[in-house]
Amino acid sequence: MGPALMVGVDCSECGDRAVKYAAAQARKSDARLYVAHVIEWSPFSFSTVQENAERHKRREEEIQRAHGEIIDPIVAALKAEGVDAEGLVHHGHVADTLNALAKSHGVINIILGRQGTSLLKANVFGSVGSRLVQIADCAVTVVP
Amino acid sequence: MSKIRVGLTTLVSLLVSFSAFAETGIDERINIAIKPWSDAVAGFIFWSFPVAGVQIPFVLVWLIVAATVFTFYFNFVNIRCLKHGFQLVRGDYHDPKAAGEVTHFQALATALSGTVGLGNIAGVAVAVSLGGPGATFWMILAGFLGMSSKFTECTLGVKYRDEHPDGTVSGGPMYYLTKGLAEKGIGFARLGKVLAVLFAIFCVGGSFGGGNMFQANQSFAQLVNVTGGSASWLADKGWLFGLVVAIMVGLVIVGGIKGIARVTSKMVPLMAIIYVTAGLAIIFMNYKMIPAAFLQIFDGAFTADGISGGVIGVLFQGFKRAAFSNEAGVGSAAIAHSAVQTNRPVTEGFVALYEPFVDTVVICTITALVIIITGTWDPSVDPSAGVQLTSTAFESAFSWFPWVLALAVFLFAFSTMISWSYYGLKSFTFLFGDNKFTDTTYKLLFLVFVVVGSSMQLGAVIDFSDAMIFAMAFPNLLGCYFLLPVVKKELNEYWDDYKSGRLVKTRAS
Repeated sequence: MGPALMVGVDCSECGDRAVKYAAAQARKSDARLYVAHVIEWSPFSFSTVQENAERHKRREEEIQRAHGEIIDPIVAALKAEGVDAEGLVHHGHVADTLNALAKSHGVINIILGRQGTSLLKANVFGSVGSRLVQIADCAVTVVP
Repeated sequence: MSKIRVGLTTLVSLLVSFSAFAETGIDERINIAIKPWSDAVAGFIFWSFPVAGVQIPFVLVWLIVAATVFTFYFNFVNIRCLKHGFQLVRGDYHDPKAAGEVTHFQALATALSGTVGLGNIAGVAVAVSLGGPGATFWMILAGFLGMSSKFTECTLGVKYRDEHPDGTVSGGPMYYLTKGLAEKGIGFARLGKVLAVLFAIFCVGGSFGGGNMFQANQSFAQLVNVTGGSASWLADKGWLFGLVVAIMVGLVIVGGIKGIARVTSKMVPLMAIIYVTAGLAIIFMNYKMIPAAFLQIFDGAFTADGISGGVIGVLFQGFKRAAFSNEAGVGSAAIAHSAVQTNRPVTEGFVALYEPFVDTVVICTITALVIIITGTWDPSVDPSAGVQLTSTAFESAFSWFPWVLALAVFLFAFSTMISWSYYGLKSFTFLFGDNKFTDTTYKLLFLVFVVVGSSMQLGAVIDFSDAMIFAMAFPNLLGCYFLLPVVKKELNEYWDDYKSGRLVKTRAS
């Protein structure tokens, strides 16, 4: 398996520019393109007994919804354009999980769309892009 | 959505008419009707025998003996596996492929929010008052032994849980008593069924009583206490408080409004942290008194001057409050822990060790130290005034603390109710079948009991429901004794893997 690229997407439209850019890059270098979506989740959150009992079921539903509504349409469109694309859906902290997925799939470049997070919001909640730049084990490209 | 609205409207009108009815003296009638029954049941469950002039209830001996036997049988699992339990909670062995499933931390936090509550605040004050500082020593010891009971029941809870086709999980004593004992032969299978049914009946009773009415009643008492006692505008509005709480609980368990439950599940740990921090602050503000306080605890544990019943009396108070507080051996925790994602059931047992540890060894000890250091304990206290006593102890250092405590008591009570409504529901559907009708019937009954609990002073009903919670320990622990070899096999296999490094650590520490 040759080098691969990964594009992180939030929702079906918001990663549009990043996906287009990533597709162009993938075609240029004939690389496989992973389209990744991370469902925000923390192993240290608090929940009720009932939520815990239904957690496995909800997780499956969340993964299915992410595939159906976000990832699969993008992957299908990419494949139609002749890009070797594959979808990935995972739970976790967005930046950390994207980095871990990139590592385990031999990705050399993670591509993200700029989120345009306001300074206040970025200070409070952090921004995926800046966190990823700090921790990533491969190149990170932010598409404006 | 409209279905929910219709349901909620019916519910509210039902509760309003019920509480109006409740005000017109129905409490007396319920009391009279139920008293002979509850006295008989409570008399049976709390059957006691005299030891050195103190009446010791058999159920307490049952709980302590089991905890001690389990501790020795598993070669002090409560001490030797505590460190590994922490590694599991921290996520050192978490499988990254299982991200999004229930982690050990989440299972523990959920179980803790069901047990940390009035027992830690009110119960300890009563124990120290009636048994003197020495009761703290026995309370801590009982907490340590109780860890082995939790280890056993939670391991079994995960091992014999049901994973339903729709992806939901349910576990607990009902399942391990039936499935676990059935593995041992036909005779045991029958016994297991009987024990499971008994457990489920007691659990439904306990969920209405100790897990509901007692909680509503006590949180209302603290609210009245901070708003001016008997002069408070709220003093005779128990039904109103009950109604508001019932609507909130109803929104969560009937309406499926996740927001309230989510807010509570975040507030409860926060309140616990505030409570522990305030307690530690008081202890360290009086750091010169710490050695004297510990001396009093150790001295009082074996001398017991002026305590009724002598050393046995002190021991009894300590053991009783520990059992009330951490519910080890009762079986409720096994339900809460069973949804964890793991293929090694014993791992949840290690994690469950932390429940009595945090609940009894840490939080109860802090409460006890605050009460001893501030000198608030009073041997003539009325056992029902426990919250007030702790409130006074904290108030002597922070004048505003009773308000925080009122909020903490309310949130602890609320989360305990949400947890017990689930335990009760699982038992109810185990008995009467899992369908929409049984589901709704149970939930409506549960809400009615919230109003009953806060609007009436039903001593008889509360005795009855306490008896029910403790009664759960009879079928549960009897089954656990039979299933000890199963747990031991799981423990030994896992421990061998752990010691020889065959387990994959996913996080460097």
